[in-house]
Amino acid sequence: MELIKPGLLFLAAVVAAIASGLAHDTQFAVHMGLFAVIGLGLAIWTITSSDPTGRPKPVGLDDGIYMDGPIRYGVIATVFWGVVGFLVGVVIAAQLAFPDLNFEPVLNFSRLRPLHTSAVIFAFGGNALIATSFYIVQRTTAARLFGGGLSWFVFWGYQLFIVLAATGYLMGVTQSKEYAEPEWYIDIWLTIVWVCYLIVFLGTIVKRKEPHIYVANWFFLGFIVTIAMLHVVNNLAVPVSFLGSKSYPIFSGVQDALVQWWYGHNAVGFFLTAGFLGMMYYFIPKQVERPVYSYRLSIVHFWSLIFMYIWAGPHHLHYTALPDWAQTLGMVFSVMLWMPSWGGMINGLMTLSGAWDKLRTDPVLRMLVIAVAFYGMATFEGPMMSIKAVNSLSHYTDWTIGHVHSGALGWNGMITFGAIYYLTPRLWKTNGLYSLRLVNWHFWLATIGIVLYAASMWVAGITQGLMWREYNAEGYLVYSFVESVAAMFPFYVIRALGGLLYLTGGLLMAYNVYRTIQGEQPQAITVGTVQPGGLQAAE
Amino acid sequence: MTDIGADKGFPRVPGSEPYRGEVDQPTGTPTTGHEWDGIKELNTPMPRWWLWVFYATHVFALAYMILYPSIPLLRDGTTGLLGWHSRSEVAQDLSAAETERAALYAQIRDLPVEEIVKNDELRETAFRGGFSAFKVNCVQCHGADASGSPGFANLQDDDWIWGGTLADIQTTITHGVRFAGDEETRYSEMPAFGRDGILERPQIQAVARHVLALSKSGEEDAEGAELYVQNCASCHGEGGEGSREMGAPKLNDAVWLYSSALTDIERQINSPRHGAMPAWGQRLDPATIKQLTVYVHELGGGEASTEEDAATQ
Repeated sequence: MELIKPGLLFLAAVVAAIASGLAHDTQFAVHMGLFAVIGLGLAIWTITSSDPTGRPKPVGLDDGIYMDGPIRYGVIATVFWGVVGFLVGVVIAAQLAFPDLNFEPVLNFSRLRPLHTSAVIFAFGGNALIATSFYIVQRTTAARLFGGGLSWFVFWGYQLFIVLAATGYLMGVTQSKEYAEPEWYIDIWLTIVWVCYLIVFLGTIVKRKEPHIYVANWFFLGFIVTIAMLHVVNNLAVPVSFLGSKSYPIFSGVQDALVQWWYGHNAVGFFLTAGFLGMMYYFIPKQVERPVYSYRLSIVHFWSLIFMYIWAGPHHLHYTALPDWAQTLGMVFSVMLWMPSWGGMINGLMTLSGAWDKLRTDPVLRMLVIAVAFYGMATFEGPMMSIKAVNSLSHYTDWTIGHVHSGALGWNGMITFGAIYYLTPRLWKTNGLYSLRLVNWHFWLATIGIVLYAASMWVAGITQGLMWREYNAEGYLVYSFVESVAAMFPFYVIRALGGLLYLTGGLLMAYNVYRTIQGEQPQAITVGTVQPGGLQAAE
Repeated sequence: MTDIGADKGFPRVPGSEPYRGEVDQPTGTPTTGHEWDGIKELNTPMPRWWLWVFYATHVFALAYMILYPSIPLLRDGTTGLLGWHSRSEVAQDLSAAETERAALYAQIRDLPVEEIVKNDELRETAFRGGFSAFKVNCVQCHGADASGSPGFANLQDDDWIWGGTLADIQTTITHGVRFAGDEETRYSEMPAFGRDGILERPQIQAVARHVLALSKSGEEDAEGAELYVQNCASCHGEGGEGSREMGAPKLNDAVWLYSSALTDIERQINSPRHGAMPAWGQRLDPATIKQLTVYVHELGGGEASTEEDAATQ
């Protein structure tokens, strides 16, 4: 019996090694080789780490009331992938301003751009979501994670997905679907990992010891279930060979475009909105130590958000071959999404009622609250841009890029930073963070970075939109496309500068988390409490 | 355990426990009685403004759906009360623009390009139209300011490979250069003197030195001069004056299609690169071609069509 697990792993490694040997392309060979090495390594590790004498195992990370091992690793992975993703973002921002920075073929813009988007959305955001959902679901159900070691598989399996996707991009493996670039075999691997994630999360909710399910868990569950559905449908594809990386989607033409943006927009709606609202609903009340503002609002905005988001995707295809009726529905559902989105903002901000003074003294809370503020701005801007008259100006311009980043950097980034600063001292049981002063620096660097980014892209996008539609008296276009590209230069430089500030903040966070884990505390300040004079010096 | 929320007019959450008499002190709002990991919930009603804006967006959505195409049916979708259609909107915009410039456009289409430039209004219209068409179709190779790039001719100067009169330019644009799909395309091919073993490497270097000398940017080279007369002069002319009939560029000026570096000249003699240009007659309508012709002609290097024109200019 002891040999079944290593035996199966060994068998899988052999199959992967054979696939690697027979592969039609180098990329597939490399990835199958990676599977083989990992399978073999795990098989050996399983044999050497098993202890037939039956001695009691030493007390480990996962032996507390709650299973916190995968969450600790998740926090570290979030910080690591965050810094990587921000760095690649700065690089591609610089490439847009200075095209000479493209190094063919591995480090050109077209390969680094999906590396950046996947690193920040799926590696940074995804790890943050998995780690915080595991933390929150245990605390709010008073139950240990379901499935024993399955949560470890979710963590490591997800990291393997990230490595496969990232190395694939650099080697040129892509199915050219935005935010869904990985090829068929990587998609299958992610599906397996994601189903295990759902089992762990749902199993924990099922065995909960609290009578009710907390609102954060509604949002997490909505996120996990919907992402599974979106991922599977959008990645339906036929591989050219089971021994090669290339595949072709089963949809074509405008149908493929619609499925892609149904996926793409709901990746924003369920991954970057619903999932992160789950985080917000836990960390803000905990950090500010106040009750959630309105239970009723949370119910109504949850169900309206879940119901309406899924229809809004066609607004990405305004003025295209998509039938007019579908464009109309995409637009009106986006407009109706405004208030459901703002329900979360109201509940987040108003949870501070009775404790607004804490904003002055607690930089972690400030981070969480500015995240909600950016969320509110982005979810107003989004419905506005979905209106066809606005979209006819904003579509295909850098305004869209600015919009995405005020949401991603402001909302997703800031709420994750706040969550990391909340979690690190608690997971490693240290007496507070290493430095609140550094948190404050991080806050201002990131905020100024976002302002530079968003403002430069507004100007850039509106300039582009106006240049593209400028006609002279005879009805001829005034500008060539390349002139609008040349006009972007100053804005692209400002954008790269904003990104650089944001990256610098991320590096400060990495250092702060590292020193906190090391247990060194020059300041005797714990999160959320203030000593006179201690924090004022930081501002 | 009194249900104090009801006293204060706060609605009960259906299915929830009766209020345990807990009121949040700072806000005076009762809680729902739930608690998770120390987090409680207030039973605050939904903000009225939020609810009314939420309803308003629905009213807007409904009205918009009635006015515009919105509901998919079996074969098509509803058309909406306004009868709006994105493609007919584009068609209307385009036909409006066309009607507006129809009169002048028809004249440009029907008159020979030599006549167009004699009428100030027509010439200016054609120039602006050509300016716009150039930005869409030509800038990728010839540059936004038409000053060319390595391998693609500078159109601002008066150095023409295929001729600079209106008729020459019109022919080049219409039929392209070395364009496989057009039988009347401009065609020339220089022999690969090195690759095909016509000249030895030192000989090529000598010819290259002579080519530089022709444009007065290098030392004379006797061997190169002799080889040039034997191999090159038949097309490029004894003094490097070039030949428009052969499509052989002028070599005695400081204008270079590729580069004036000695190594680049050697490379071109050894194994020449031959640029190509599409036959725009297959892609653009005749009026647009004429507009482009006028535009390129007016960029600075346009040549007179006849002696008589030259005199009036």
